[in-house]
Amino acid sequence: MSEAVWQRGDLLGVAELSQAEILHVLDTAESFVEVAARPIKKVPTLRGKTVINLFFEASTRTSSSFEIAEKRLSADNINFSTSSSSLSKGETLLDTARNLEAMAPDLVVIRHAHPRVPHALAERLASGVINAGDGAHEHPTQALLDAFTIRRRKGRVEGLKISIVGDVAHSRVVRSNVLCLTRLGADVTVAGPRTMMPEEPESLGARVVYSLEEAIEGADVVMMLRVQLERQARVAFPSEREYFEFFGLTAERLRRANDDAIIMHPGPINRGIEIASEVADGPWSVILEQVANGVAVRMAVLYLLAGAKSGEDGATL
Amino acid sequence: MSGSLLIRGGRVVDPTQELDGPADVLIEGGRVTACGPGLPAAESAREVDAAGLVVVPGLIDMHVHLREPGQEYKETIDTGTRAAAAGGFTALACMPNTDPVNDDPSLTEFMLKQAERAGWARVYPIAAVSRRLEGRELTEFGAQRRAGAVAVSDDGRPVWSAALMRQALRYARHFDLPLIQHAEELALSGNGVMHEGRFSTRLGVEGIPGAADDVMVSRDLLLAADTGGRYHLAHMSTARSLDLIRAAKADGQRVTCEVSAHHLLLTDEDVFDSGLDPNFKMHPPLRSAADRDALVLGLADGSIDAIASDHAPHHPDEKELDFVASPNGIVGLETTLSLCLDRLVAKGVIDVARLVDLLSTAPARILGVAGGSLAPGSAGDVTLIDLEREIEVDPATFRSRSRNTPFAGWKLRGAAAGTVVGGRVIELP
Repeated sequence: MSEAVWQRGDLLGVAELSQAEILHVLDTAESFVEVAARPIKKVPTLRGKTVINLFFEASTRTSSSFEIAEKRLSADNINFSTSSSSLSKGETLLDTARNLEAMAPDLVVIRHAHPRVPHALAERLASGVINAGDGAHEHPTQALLDAFTIRRRKGRVEGLKISIVGDVAHSRVVRSNVLCLTRLGADVTVAGPRTMMPEEPESLGARVVYSLEEAIEGADVVMMLRVQLERQARVAFPSEREYFEFFGLTAERLRRANDDAIIMHPGPINRGIEIASEVADGPWSVILEQVANGVAVRMAVLYLLAGAKSGEDGATL
Repeated sequence: MSGSLLIRGGRVVDPTQELDGPADVLIEGGRVTACGPGLPAAESAREVDAAGLVVVPGLIDMHVHLREPGQEYKETIDTGTRAAAAGGFTALACMPNTDPVNDDPSLTEFMLKQAERAGWARVYPIAAVSRRLEGRELTEFGAQRRAGAVAVSDDGRPVWSAALMRQALRYARHFDLPLIQHAEELALSGNGVMHEGRFSTRLGVEGIPGAADDVMVSRDLLLAADTGGRYHLAHMSTARSLDLIRAAKADGQRVTCEVSAHHLLLTDEDVFDSGLDPNFKMHPPLRSAADRDALVLGLADGSIDAIASDHAPHHPDEKELDFVASPNGIVGLETTLSLCLDRLVAKGVIDVARLVDLLSTAPARILGVAGGSLAPGSAGDVTLIDLEREIEVDPATFRSRSRNTPFAGWKLRGAAAGTVVGGRVIELP
């Protein structure tokens, strides 16, 4: 069954995934959710497999989520955390690939500040590659876990009105999510201040609006993006209080959404900037479910890729 | 004094004589002495049979980075001029962003000496506008002119300070040197690595808006108008820059511009389709299809003066970095002519005479150098072109020391069949 739908050895982006493949990952993830509820949170699925987590850019959440997923699958994992400026400086992609290859990993999880580095390494590596975020390009496991969370809460993704709000220009979460959610049949809107919008934003494949109110109106899902304080100079917005004033999600503003709307955020949240505490902690919020689901979805991805790469279907839960 | 040379039986295309037809070219003492049909066999003249070939004034690439001195692992004056000869160029102008920068006449003298030693093509050094290309103090334009420099430029970087640009345009007038500007408003290009548009948006890549070029071109043209300086816009890439140049020309300003073959043939969509292949990365970036189409129109209607390669060699290891980390630029000396013949001439965008104007006559006029014509008295520089020869671009065969081209694998009809420099047939080993 899985052989027919899933043939990939790499997960580089949502762009190349079909609806059937996305659904297959989500279905597979369902079976991993209950592992977290077991007294011994471990299955032998990837015993003897080596996974290298190669983070060229600082990440706590995504790297921890992958690490937990790998450990729960009994994989042997090694973490390389390095800023893009040290290990990779002057090192060619081929040399990076050869050095990794020499350690004979089965899977390599890569986060890099530059777009398409995981893709370029995948071309040069025999082992499978998972893109854990490449610049502002793609972050496929984030989009898959978001879709998974929405589907669990709403029972479906198709036909939902989903709005994504924030720094659209610099967000990999937006790009992967628009691709993933539209492929599943959702009606997706992106919103943010004009200074945080890329050129020709419609080319992302979503409806584009420039006010939070308009984005929220009638929404089933509102996904708030982290304002990248570290990345944004003051030319994109003048102050945090001004951002909150016009683009911060408050309970008051949330009244425009559907009554059963859910609020999502890829984390870490900036309380009082893009999201009010009353919303982040309120009944609408599924932010912590996203974190929990992230582990299950990443377990599913690791399982599918390790199986595809080794050509075995022997991996069992 | 070199012996005499008779190029017989070809189709001579020379826009300066409005000539396109069967003719012979006689070169004596390094200069053209006769050009016309059925020239008598000259005593002791070596004959070159040009039957089936097009004979044109030697092509001049007015925008080349030779990397010597300082980055000989990328290119040397020897390998770069071999590449020029292989690509049909009898002369090239080389940019000053070497290491050290060509901000002193001794560098110009060194480059000329190296070019003479190599002997594959004429080399015309371009002197830096500012010391170390830092954009603060002017270099010695006069001494550079005397040493053999043909223009001034900080190419690779813009002359960013409006004050320095104004003074440089004024000062260059004393020596009748064109100022070649790499027009880029750095505050707008920022950390961008490709054209800002829908493809950079989809890739999440920092973009370089067309306005980064246009804002600088606009400012420069105002300063050129005020100073009367000769302004030449390098590697023009946008529709709006072209409109600005057109308007300035219509106002009678002494401004000229060049485009590179890649901006005429490729767009940001090609960058996207390549999956961010570093061989598609250059400054200015490959622009939108609308920009590309406007530039092609500008070629046809005469608004664009010249085509140049912006030959920018980089070592294969440097292009084995990822797109963002890899350096800007591609090689072009060995592909420009064939690209123009196949994609512009064969497609009917321009005719051979106009191509000769763009690749020879206009560059000679702008730089004030010999060549660009086969009229008697002109330099004995000739390019022979085979319009029918089919080639496939194979970087492994390049004479250049570098291989960075986005055109690998392109099948093109039309290629250089040989060059003559000062009456001497260039024979590449």
